[in-house]
Amino acid sequence: MKPPVFDYQDPASVEEALELLARHGAAAKVLAGGQSLMPLLNLRLARPEVVVDINRIDALDYLTEESGWLRVGARVRQRRLEREAEVRRMVPLLTEAVRFVGHPQIRNRGTVCGSLAHADPAAELPAVAVAVGARLVARSRSGVREIPAEEFFTGPLTTALRPDELLAEARFPCTGPDWGWAFLEVSNRHGDYALCAVAAGVRAGDGRIQDARLAYAGAGPVPVRLREAEAALVEHSDLEEGIRAASAEARRVLQPDGDLHASSEFRRHLAAVLTARTVRLAWTRARTRSGGAHA
Amino acid sequence: MREPLRTVQLEVNGAAYTVTVPVRKTLADVLREDLQLTGTHVGCEQGVCGACTVWLDGEPVRSCLLLAIQAAGHRVTTVEALGTVDRLHPVQEAFWENHGLQCGFCTPGILMTVVAFLREHPAPSRQQIREALAGHLCRCTGYQNIVRAVEDAARRLQARRT
Ligand SMILES: Cc1cc2nc3c(=O)[nH]c(=O)nc-3n(C[C@H](O)[C@H](O)[C@H](O)COP(=O)(O)OP(=O)(O)OC[C@H]3O[C@@H](n4cnc5c(N)ncnc54)[C@H](O)[C@@H]3O)c2cc1C
Ligand code: FES
Ligand code: FES
Repeated sequence: MKPPVFDYQDPASVEEALELLARHGAAAKVLAGGQSLMPLLNLRLARPEVVVDINRIDALDYLTEESGWLRVGARVRQRRLEREAEVRRMVPLLTEAVRFVGHPQIRNRGTVCGSLAHADPAAELPAVAVAVGARLVARSRSGVREIPAEEFFTGPLTTALRPDELLAEARFPCTGPDWGWAFLEVSNRHGDYALCAVAAGVRAGDGRIQDARLAYAGAGPVPVRLREAEAALVEHSDLEEGIRAASAEARRVLQPDGDLHASSEFRRHLAAVLTARTVRLAWTRARTRSGGAHA
Repeated sequence: MREPLRTVQLEVNGAAYTVTVPVRKTLADVLREDLQLTGTHVGCEQGVCGACTVWLDGEPVRSCLLLAIQAAGHRVTTVEALGTVDRLHPVQEAFWENHGLQCGFCTPGILMTVVAFLREHPAPSRQQIREALAGHLCRCTGYQNIVRAVEDAARRLQARRT
């Protein structure tokens, strides 16, 4: 048998799950979709004493809109994002990015919150969370706190969650009407983790970019938003000049590690090229968007 | 630590099985070792190769990344349910006719993915087929004949429907 011996608990309620996490702390691991944790167990890179399986908690299986926010419960599978048309209307960047996550077989099990909690620096959904300004709802027996995405990711595979906390929900702000969004990545093969990925959003008005968001995956220890590059897009009235400045900024600021898949220099090159492509695409979409429909 | 066990009822290919298994045992291993359903193959055990792909409630998933006890309360379908030696599934026929396999190690997982894929995409493009196969590794065929087999399978299924 591949996984190490562990004790298995499958609570039916959030309260029971929080009780187990409070009792076992760092000796426990939450099991959501298992698409990252199970490989780690099979390789015995993770050796939790207790596995707390949240798949029986029906109360965590919700995808709803509330006051301009898309709320995604911890049991929502990644696949559901691509299947529900409403998600595309509310947070088009999620629909676009989730297709790059592994393969359908992986997304059928893998959860949205699990991907955020796992915090792989090359993962797509954390970059989306940072780009749109998502808020992550952590619950423990001692209460609830909402963590802004940019403060949530603290290092490779490391987040601001405490061992006794469950990431119960991720909240994504619904897009404004004059925004356009785009997500592109380069990977070695379709479905692999990104060598570099860029999430871009622009707000169009008076024939130019009024506001912008740029976030990068695979370009450092955590997904990053580049405010200097965003500012460059807003400052230049000429789109292509703005794109040149933003791409140069990305190349200058980002410090991705090199590994056997791609050197640091190549990743920076990709970041610059993908900045230009995503911004152009987002711009076209922002201008052609009428009242919320997204081409 | 002593080995924690659990007794669960599994529904596999429409049949009910009661098994008592270590909680850490994957569905792939329980299918093969406890239920003797050895059609499901185990390659990488990290979700990468796709050989272990089965359906959980009709959707393809990796059985190496599921604990067997997690499948309780769900419908599991393995390659054994697709067809028999005498009556192959049209997709199996297409793989046979198009030489879509050599050693056959990757084939059960690919079949489970392809049958589910063709349900959603009855007339797929070559590009869509290639993307659908991306979650599977084949060390033998070079994929060309697998792509051909899937194209042919789509035609066979279409012909059956009309
Ligand atoms: C072949 C393959 C290819 C993949 N490719 C990609 C890819 O291209 N891009 C990508 O982003 N990902 C990829 N993944 C990973 C996949 O997206 C996972 O689904 C995701 O990383 C983790 O989500 P999960 O629900 O499966 O979490 P699990 O594997 O169950 O858990 C992962 C970690 O997060 C913790 N955790 C999970 N949920 C919670 C919660 N609610 N609260 C607190 N902690 C929690 C767990 O304790 C564990 O440490 C791939 C996986 C495989 C097997
Ligand atoms: S054995 Fe499950 S994906 Fe390789
Ligand atoms: S036929 Fe041998 S691995 Fe695919």
